Amino acid sequence: MSGPNTNFDPVEVAALDPQVIDDAVTAALDAVARAVSLDELKALRSAHSGDRSALALANREIGALPPSAKAEAGKRVGQARGRVNQAFVARQGELEAERDERILTEEAVDVTLPTGRRPLGRRHPIELMSQRIADLFVGLGWEIAEGPEIEAEWFNFDALNFDADHPARQMQDTFYVDPPDGGLVLRTHTSPVQARTLLDRGVPVYIAAIGRVFRTDELDATHMPAFHQVEGLAVDEGITMAHLKGTLDRLATELFGDGISTRLRPSFFPFTEPSAEIDLRCFVCRGEDPDCRTCKGTGWIEWGGCGMVNRNVLTACGVDPDRFTGFAFGMGIDRALMFRTGVSDMRDMIEGDVRFDAQFGLEI
Amino acid sequence: MLIPVDWLREYVAVPTDATGEQIAADLVRVGLEEEGLHTGGVTGPLVVGRVLTKEPEPQKNGKTINWCTVDVGESNGTGEPQGIVCGAHNFEPGDLVVVILPGGVISTPHGPLEVSARKTYGHVSAGMICSERELGIGDDHDGILVLTRKFADDDALISSLRPGMDAIPLLGLDRETVEVNVTPDRGYCFAIRGIAREYSHATRATFIDPAIALAAKAPEPTDEGIAVELRDDSPIRDRVGCDRYVARVVRGIDVSAPTPRWMATRLTEAGMRPISLPVDVTNYVMLGLGQPLHAFDLDTLEAPIVVRRARDGERLKTLDDQDRALDTGDLLITDRGGERPVAIAGVMGGAETEVGAGTRDVLIEAAHFEAVTIARTARRHKLPSEASRRFERGVDPALAAAAAQLAVDLLVEHGGGTVDPEVTDVGSPTPPAAITMSVGFPTRIVGVEYSDGQVVDVLESVGCDVTRNGDLLSVTPPTWRPDLTTAEDLVEEVARINGYDGIPSILPTPPGGAGLTHAQRVRRTVANVLATQGLSEIWSAPFVGADRYAALGLDVDAEVARSVRLANPLSDEQPLMRTRLLATMVDGLRRNVARGARDVALFEFGLVVDLDGPQRNAPTEDVGVLPTEETLAAIRAAVPPQPRHVGWLLAGDRDRHGWWGEGRPADVTDAIDLARVVGESLAVTLHVVADTVAPYHPGRCARVELADGSVVGHVGELHPKVVAALGLPPRTVGAELDLDVLTRAAEVTVQASTLTAFPMAQSDVALVVDEGVTAAAVEEALREGAGETLESVNLFDVYRGDQLEPGKKSLAYRLTFRAEDRTLTTDEVSALRDSAVKAAASRTGAVQR
Repeated sequence: MSGPNTNFDPVEVAALDPQVIDDAVTAALDAVARAVSLDELKALRSAHSGDRSALALANREIGALPPSAKAEAGKRVGQARGRVNQAFVARQGELEAERDERILTEEAVDVTLPTGRRPLGRRHPIELMSQRIADLFVGLGWEIAEGPEIEAEWFNFDALNFDADHPARQMQDTFYVDPPDGGLVLRTHTSPVQARTLLDRGVPVYIAAIGRVFRTDELDATHMPAFHQVEGLAVDEGITMAHLKGTLDRLATELFGDGISTRLRPSFFPFTEPSAEIDLRCFVCRGEDPDCRTCKGTGWIEWGGCGMVNRNVLTACGVDPDRFTGFAFGMGIDRALMFRTGVSDMRDMIEGDVRFDAQFGLEI
Repeated sequence: MLIPVDWLREYVAVPTDATGEQIAADLVRVGLEEEGLHTGGVTGPLVVGRVLTKEPEPQKNGKTINWCTVDVGESNGTGEPQGIVCGAHNFEPGDLVVVILPGGVISTPHGPLEVSARKTYGHVSAGMICSERELGIGDDHDGILVLTRKFADDDALISSLRPGMDAIPLLGLDRETVEVNVTPDRGYCFAIRGIAREYSHATRATFIDPAIALAAKAPEPTDEGIAVELRDDSPIRDRVGCDRYVARVVRGIDVSAPTPRWMATRLTEAGMRPISLPVDVTNYVMLGLGQPLHAFDLDTLEAPIVVRRARDGERLKTLDDQDRALDTGDLLITDRGGERPVAIAGVMGGAETEVGAGTRDVLIEAAHFEAVTIARTARRHKLPSEASRRFERGVDPALAAAAAQLAVDLLVEHGGGTVDPEVTDVGSPTPPAAITMSVGFPTRIVGVEYSDGQVVDVLESVGCDVTRNGDLLSVTPPTWRPDLTTAEDLVEEVARINGYDGIPSILPTPPGGAGLTHAQRVRRTVANVLATQGLSEIWSAPFVGADRYAALGLDVDAEVARSVRLANPLSDEQPLMRTRLLATMVDGLRRNVARGARDVALFEFGLVVDLDGPQRNAPTEDVGVLPTEETLAAIRAAVPPQPRHVGWLLAGDRDRHGWWGEGRPADVTDAIDLARVVGESLAVTLHVVADTVAPYHPGRCARVELADGSVVGHVGELHPKVVAALGLPPRTVGAELDLDVLTRAAEVTVQASTLTAFPMAQSDVALVVDEGVTAAAVEEALREGAGETLESVNLFDVYRGDQLEPGKKSLAYRLTFRAEDRTLTTDEVSALRDSAVKAAASRTGAVQR
């Protein structure tokens, strides 16, 4: 910047001529208004308010003015520069907003593109069904008990009052461990857990046993050599068949919906007396369609077996049968899954085809 | 059990309008589950017709059809002869035949067929002349049914036939047979007599036991009859094999006399084939009353008869022509004073004394054999017969004389001959023992308020003798109910006869439980984690063969020794219980691939067997007995260890290909990562150590351990030979962990530390090591050298190449430090890094690049 020029008359300094300044401002504002890009605006800014712009020139000249003229000239130039700068800032803001909006528009992607770089796996629906049943019993204040699948005959049969020579024992289609007289079998039902529980936990006891059981059935659409059962056992003072019925009704409602109750039919099982078969109210027609294909018009579907724990079972497990009574029931989980979800071929459950699992979520 | 309804009606007052369906429903209520309902498949109009004319008309196709007119009386509404085309030729004008008129329905192998008038061979054929097969009453399809021939032996019947008569009852097509399932405690329901009794319980219909009149009619036993001696030297469980033996003799019967049609019909409907009069009569009595009988050809027998156990080495050729080696537990009927076996008691007769075409005199045996003896023999000889099925389930010991009486009556009536007046009836069955029960006991067990009267009424109605003493009842069950031995058995009678539908529904109120166990929760967590990691859960039947262990490259002998073998496997190729999940999981993988899947990720939870020594025998015990402590301990100890495992298999891409680019094939690090994730989900730190075990690739196998060195399992890429042997996708990777070990490790409660907000500092180092040095070893050394302020170590690059000597690799690590109490200075961080590098250098020979 040059030093003050005391000989100058400000009126005669062209750069400070008000008209010149006004023109410069007008030109700058026009240019700003016409600028359509940030780059253009940047260039214009340099032209209209940069070091070599008319206004900058004018500003430089102020220093040369006599002190009496400085104030007015300074004010005039300052206002002019202020207006120009404001216009640039405002326009810059506008253009930046436009640019940001454009970028967001350009960055849009097709959100309908397929995903699935690593698809979700699944639980097996039988396991989900088992969990659901377990949760129900836990909610009722019961506990979930377990036992081995290769089991002693004593637990699987003797303790449960299956006499070695009784036809019921022959009707179980049992897998025997070699040697056949070695006293080991693949458990034919979850009922040995009853005996284990009574021996290990004592009474009162309320447990459900959920697990895999085995029968010598060839695999076909309605049979599997291995399948799943849930077993309930409640032994306490004052337990009656009414409590059995209440528990079964609750289980039926939870698994198959409101209004689905159970019916007991007299039957025979060595480990219960009295014994009953459990029928489930047909969840398709609810007993109202004589042509229903699910229940064949009977209104009921066979579900499982149950009864009051036989005194021989209590005695064999060290429980006083004159003081305690109990009920027990057992039913197929695979069958319940078929009822609930319409699975028509049991082979789909055991063959391990992941498409079977994939039909379900992680809750059932 | 098949129940011909008209037979049932003979014993109990079934309402005339009751259908088979209603009868079945009534029987269900008292515990006889319906298995089926069998009826004729024909619905009318089905009428008797007389053939008036028959004109053969040869056709172009070489066949000759008959254009017939048939008199069907007024049944067609006009009385005019019915014109019918018939393809059969075995009849003449004048014959009586069976005609189904338009609107009638017959059953065919393809379902019901409604007959209509239709144009054929140039005529309108208004109906069909039926064959036996079309009516479902026989297999004869060669010609039509000619009634005059079918009923040739019954002149009275033939003379009563008129054209237009309804043929449905005539042919028994209106008959119904109800099939029910009889539970094994109810031996007495394997007879119409028992079913009738139950029907009466269900409906209160009048039932009069047919055995009462027959027993009354049976003559008193005499001493002059066929000598029979009951000589059981080795009773089973203190119960003799035979406690009653009745023998009756009928002489001079005509064994070729036909079985009366009604009897043959009932037998057929009840599921037994008519054979000959003597055989049919014994079967008829068994089905009707429940007493199995045996008929001997008297000429081939030499009294005295002795009922005894078999001797060592004895043999008998049975009715089915099998020469059988007898067991000393078998109960035999012998003659010649015990010298010669002639029948296996209650199971099957002998061939030498069988009733045949030349038989004139017959000995009828009606005996009571003990259930366990018969059950064991039938099982031992694999000879389940109609007789053994009944004896096993309990036959009424009081029935023998009545049953024998019915048999001789029927033989004489239909086969002629005369009954010997001598009657053999030896033995004295133990009468049923009285049961003491408090009258309030049924209410206490069932939860229904039964009145005292209700309890007593029910027990008396099922045949018990009840005496009352205060609140106690003394209840003596009837002879046909050997299943009633305890008060609870009586409770079931009270409950079922009053109806199970009266039992209220009350939820019990347990004291409250502890929720799922730790192990159960762990299992759920791990399963859910694996599912969210993209694996799908399967389960497989646990049966394998030794060849599978071989295919997995395992030491077959060692693996078989750890397994247990089934005595009766479904397949002889798979007699073993798996020792590891992968042995059966591979089938699931193969199936998915065979069905077109390329990228498969599976997991399975399950028990495996892991015998740690010789397999032990588990003692057994009589029912209703608490074993001693030692016996119980031996029972428990004999149950083989069965740890719960979790396994997984990955094949194809771990990350799928798609529009985003190529997929990334699953490799061994994915299988290892899943193990780490499982560990992290349980807050259990797992250590991965290189290992070489089957079925894995020796250079791509890791052992997973707990901090204390306990082995959790193995992970790896399957050995190429295993992949080839099992036909699996190449580069399949897998893992199998012992979930029980993980579960125990996860029981420790994690102790939380306070989080610090001081800044972290990072420093990178690149270390050159020999190829054989593992990343884990380098990391461990770095951690050791860096000390407590080291927060994490991240291996972010592995380099091999020109800038390194051959056999070397460069591992680039980012070390992150953070102190709990201050901001670390640059000098501190440098010192810590140098210390880490120094440790790595001394432990692994690492050189900083």
